[in-house]
Amino acid sequence: MTSAARDFESSQDINIEKKMGSSRILDVGFVRLTLVLSIFAGILLILVILQTAEAALPAMQEFGLGFLVTTRWNPVENIFGVLPQIYGTLMTSLVALVFAVPLGIGTAIFLTEDFAPKWITVPIGFAIELIVAIPSVVLGLWGIFVLIPAVRPIFRAINESMKWLPLFGGPAPRGPSLLIVSLVLSIMICPIIASITRSTFESLPRSLRDGALALGATRWETVLTVMIPAGLSGIVSSIMLAMGRALGETMVAAMISGNANRINISLMQPGSTITGLIASQFGEAGRLQVSALMYAGVVLMILTLVVNVLAEIVIRRFQNLEQ
Amino acid sequence: MSDSARFIGEEEKIDISSIAPIRNYSSRFLTFLSILCVVVLLASLSWVLWDVAKEGVNKLNWYNLTQIRYPAPGLEDGGFGHAIVGSLMVLSTAAVISFPFGILAAVYLSEFGRGTRLAYLVKFSCNVLTGVPAILCGLFAYAVVVRGSGFSAFSGGIATGVLMLPIVIRSTEEALLLVSPDMRLASVGLGSTRFQTTMRIVLPTAAPAIVTGLILSLARAAGEAAPLLFTSFNNNFWSTDLFGPVATLPVMTYFFAIIPFRPQQQLAWAGALVLLAMVLIASTVSRFVVHKTRK
Repeated sequence: MTSAARDFESSQDINIEKKMGSSRILDVGFVRLTLVLSIFAGILLILVILQTAEAALPAMQEFGLGFLVTTRWNPVENIFGVLPQIYGTLMTSLVALVFAVPLGIGTAIFLTEDFAPKWITVPIGFAIELIVAIPSVVLGLWGIFVLIPAVRPIFRAINESMKWLPLFGGPAPRGPSLLIVSLVLSIMICPIIASITRSTFESLPRSLRDGALALGATRWETVLTVMIPAGLSGIVSSIMLAMGRALGETMVAAMISGNANRINISLMQPGSTITGLIASQFGEAGRLQVSALMYAGVVLMILTLVVNVLAEIVIRRFQNLEQ
Repeated sequence: MSDSARFIGEEEKIDISSIAPIRNYSSRFLTFLSILCVVVLLASLSWVLWDVAKEGVNKLNWYNLTQIRYPAPGLEDGGFGHAIVGSLMVLSTAAVISFPFGILAAVYLSEFGRGTRLAYLVKFSCNVLTGVPAILCGLFAYAVVVRGSGFSAFSGGIATGVLMLPIVIRSTEEALLLVSPDMRLASVGLGSTRFQTTMRIVLPTAAPAIVTGLILSLARAAGEAAPLLFTSFNNNFWSTDLFGPVATLPVMTYFFAIIPFRPQQQLAWAGALVLLAMVLIASTVSRFVVHKTRK
């Protein structure tokens, strides 16, 4: 029986080889092609990093690490530094998170905790996901012509009454400012936090929630003491992904930050971000300036990579725990 | 289950309001806050949509959509037909690069390399690449293409293609995972090779979901101005030269938004409306298609 089977197998093997030589080559070739392409897709990230770094090399040699702590950007004298932009980038992202984290988590809780029937939560969830799809240049345009005039009186009032606080101080706000950028950024990144937090909550075992309720906890005690701690890694990674997006957002920053090349402690005053700097200066940049902008790009790349890789690792660890 | 839950809920309400008022009130307050969060988000979405629709619709007509001429500052005339053509050129270049590339790479990740260390690393790298700011894709294309051959629609296509690739790979892979393993086994059982199984069974079955993902990635990429600022740059005139600078809708919207002339600003609003409508329609349609295939 076994030997007959083996005979049959080997004879068929030979037949296949003979009959299907060309289709075998096609088959193996196809698999190899997909393999090569997926390896290339994996390498693409490294390629992007290396190419940008290579273009930034002249500026790196010229300015070294002093680039990071110099506050001047003077194309005429060829003195370049991005400290104000690093400050602006981090500040706008952090302030945007201050608004977006509670908003996003609150929304996620509303969508998962059965406050409303499905026919209400499903369309709301979809509408919130649509916010992610709005092109950033549209939000920038809206920021210039609608949001800035709308919030100007509010900003002025805050500025008047809280002048003693450096964060809101300075002359009366005119329009473009870091705080406006943060506001628009928080609208953009909120759905990211909401949707990842939501799917984290939905993936938690039902027994956790039931256990807490059975012990007599109210719905909100369950959320605050059981659901949020259990889903913490998912929430943290959603915040980091959102921060990565905020750090790299270009058009909003270029259009409504005011592109002022100085460090203003006050959020109500114009500022600048790394992305805004690159977008607004690249068009008419000379040789060394292009290289300096590439260097600024490398700085931004490092910032976002750190944030994204951390987020990715947290997510993966969380998924492993689940399995 | 739901009946008993409601029963418990009612019990709770009676108990808490009489025995533990603080728990009851804090609970109500938090519920109010949570609803407030949703309202704030929905309000900002509708605020943006409302303004773009209101301002954009003024200047949105067939004349502007097809008109070539750039309005001189101060003049009331002009359109953005050239920007639409430019956008189409950039996007088709990006699609030609990233679609076949992304689909084949996803086929490896889902069909041949599933569970291997290599697939894990590639996916990791793609996910990180998704988070890389769009403007850095532009810098990359600038360093690779523009430094050698100058601003061109082609280089804009490369920048956009790099931006789209990880999204195409991820959405295609997800679409392939929806294909039932039985179909693959049946195909292999009938004696077809891996190539035949992939081409005749797996890809056609997943086609609706794959195409949806492709359209969605294209619609998202269409609104990105950042990677195009220093690759396809801008052009105030009609141009169909793939290797010369062209105007694109998002870049035109950006440049017209930051100059102080009313006619240009109106064109910027109209451009924004076109971009927004495109993305929203693609998102909504794809949502329904995916919903159907999942069912």
